[in-house]
Amino acid sequence: MIPLSWYLMLGAGLFVIGMFTFLVRRNIIMMLISLELMLNAVNIMLIATSHYMQDMRGQILAFFVMAGAAAGVAIGLALLIAAFRNRESANMDEYNLLKG
Amino acid sequence: MLPEFFFGYFACAILGLAMLTVTRKNLVHSVLWMLLLFLHIACLYLFLNAEFLAVIQIIVYAGAILVLFLFLVMLLNLREEHEARRFVKAWQGRLAVCILLLTVIVISVYKATVQPTGGYSIAFINEAGHTKVLGTVLFNQYVLPFLMTALVLFVPMVAAIVLAMKERKR
Repeated sequence: MIPLSWYLMLGAGLFVIGMFTFLVRRNIIMMLISLELMLNAVNIMLIATSHYMQDMRGQILAFFVMAGAAAGVAIGLALLIAAFRNRESANMDEYNLLKG
Repeated sequence: MLPEFFFGYFACAILGLAMLTVTRKNLVHSVLWMLLLFLHIACLYLFLNAEFLAVIQIIVYAGAILVLFLFLVMLLNLREEHEARRFVKAWQGRLAVCILLLTVIVISVYKATVQPTGGYSIAFINEAGHTKVLGTVLFNQYVLPFLMTALVLFVPMVAAIVLAMKERKR
């Protein structure tokens, strides 16, 4: 039997990879991809905990997280299309209109 | 011994594929590595006796979200992005923050154990079928959140269409 902490540490590793990418990559598509990585890390942790607690609530929550991820990425990509029309770039540094 | 071996393979593969995904220069390559990553995560769910969620993972992530990403990379002409600077200059501080977070999480979950409540034991789920058990719980105790999920999916759909539509000339 694999201990629960292994799964949690795997989820933590995946989450930190996603977070670091979100902070350092300057491409908006890459930032959305790293958001998906972070949500997947949380899902792994939720489902593992649910399995070890012999309780279904964690898996239900993971199910809702997947729905939220799909909605989030759809709206993020639509925003990117609308922004790309004005700036012709997916680079985050180009979007500095509100910077004083 | 065998479960540990399989878990080790999947853990190394997931972390390695995540690294590959986030460091590629070409976005199409990165999205394709992410496809492999999602398939491995689905296998990990199978390992945790969650067949329904494994299938949903493949359908939603590999089927819908990845196609959306690929479609967008194709739609936007991102050829000039290849030469652009990919990382911000001041990454050392952010790396330190991330390593600190990783350390905190690993220390806090290092000896994590949970008491099984025993409501849905592995034998019970295997006998009744995971999809049936999940559906029973979902439609008995979580009907309202499930219905709100429909709204959560409908509003972004409308918003995406409105945002991506070309503005009409007045």
